[in-house]
Amino acid sequence: MLEVRDLECVRGDHRLFTDLNFQLQGGELLRLRGSNGSGKTSLLRTLCGLLEPAEGNVFWNGENIRAQRDEFNAELLYLGHHNGIKSELTGFENLSISNTLRGETPSEDQIYNALGQIGLAGREDLPTQVLSQGQKRRVALARLLLSDAALWVLDEPFTALDVGAVALLASLIEGHLQKGHMVVYTTHQEVEMRAGACREVDLDLLMQDRAEQK
Amino acid sequence: MTQPSLFAAWRAMVMRDLTLAMRRRADVLTTVFFFIIVVSLFPLGVSPEMAVLREIAPGVIWVAALLASMLSLGRLFADDFQDGTLEQMLLLPQPLSVLVLGKVLAHWLVSGVPLVLLSPLLGMQLGLDVDAILLLMLTLLLGTPVLSLIGSVGAALTLGVRGGGVLVSLLVLPLYIPVLIFGTGAVDAAISGMDYDGHLSLLGAFLMLAALSTPLATAAALRISAE
Repeated sequence: MLEVRDLECVRGDHRLFTDLNFQLQGGELLRLRGSNGSGKTSLLRTLCGLLEPAEGNVFWNGENIRAQRDEFNAELLYLGHHNGIKSELTGFENLSISNTLRGETPSEDQIYNALGQIGLAGREDLPTQVLSQGQKRRVALARLLLSDAALWVLDEPFTALDVGAVALLASLIEGHLQKGHMVVYTTHQEVEMRAGACREVDLDLLMQDRAEQK
Repeated sequence: MTQPSLFAAWRAMVMRDLTLAMRRRADVLTTVFFFIIVVSLFPLGVSPEMAVLREIAPGVIWVAALLASMLSLGRLFADDFQDGTLEQMLLLPQPLSVLVLGKVLAHWLVSGVPLVLLSPLLGMQLGLDVDAILLLMLTLLLGTPVLSLIGSVGAALTLGVRGGGVLVSLLVLPLYIPVLIFGTGAVDAAISGMDYDGHLSLLGAFLMLAALSTPLATAAALRISAE
């Protein structure tokens, strides 16, 4: 269970959001909404522990994520704006290394299968610098196929993807939720998702409410 | 996390950086060429007199190695920072300092070891005798990893800062100076027939201290820089 209590985020002199509270149970999907610069990425990075909140805390299974970094990281998979892949390495090498670093050991077949499934069959052994923007994104997304992390945090996962890949990713997210895991994501695209419990946090509305309360 | 997976992750990190270095050979060669060129210019600039060259040889080679090592620091974390792999590294379920140690080891293998291997050639060029050359190699072997370790803290602190290269030099140079003094001091002592064990012991002590403390500092600096 992911829980956020009284979270406040400040970037520079600008307060992005304050008094943010929510809980996310297994099997639930959370979509963050907000205009550009409303703090979606900052919130996602705070949830991962990359950014220190100005106020409040993030709890994973009742314990502060900062107190159990390694345990929390083992259950977390984050996909940020940057793909986090090395352009000199092939898709296969990228996946194999990132999985070994995470302490997981998928077999070669599993990695090739994942790359094939994500639509990169035949391009597994090309350095990712010769791939297109969308294909690089797919290499990064292939990590989702190989991971059994309980919490996916996805920052604009649909960017640069074609219609087929968007549908594939949506089905991946649905499958992950059905296993009783959690997904937090942001997007400006309207993607229909058949999820049991779909929740939304709108950072613009939140700030309006807080302004009215004052 | 179990121990085998930590070691596997550490090894994967070292191998990844070595593979990357092999695929971007130009970067590695820059360091090596810089080292060779700086040392080779001294006979032309100072004096071709063997007696003079022999006198300044340890200092020249050590200063060139120090600058070459500093030149290569920029690459240590900057690429990972830009393509988001550093972010992923911070989110791994492994102790960050252990992985940092792996990265620094790979960096030293790529930018420090070539300097150690080339130093006999440059030593001969400057007229050092065999004993002095072997000792010079030994001091570089003990000293260059210290340079990489200390440099990693500076590189992590200046990550994403404009003009970070200059800032790294300012941060790191004062800490490099003891290594330089004892590195050249050992060879100078040997040439003038004095005991140099103390210098080597101190270099070894620097290495131990740096290997134990700097990965922790670098890991903390990376977390701050990545915010």
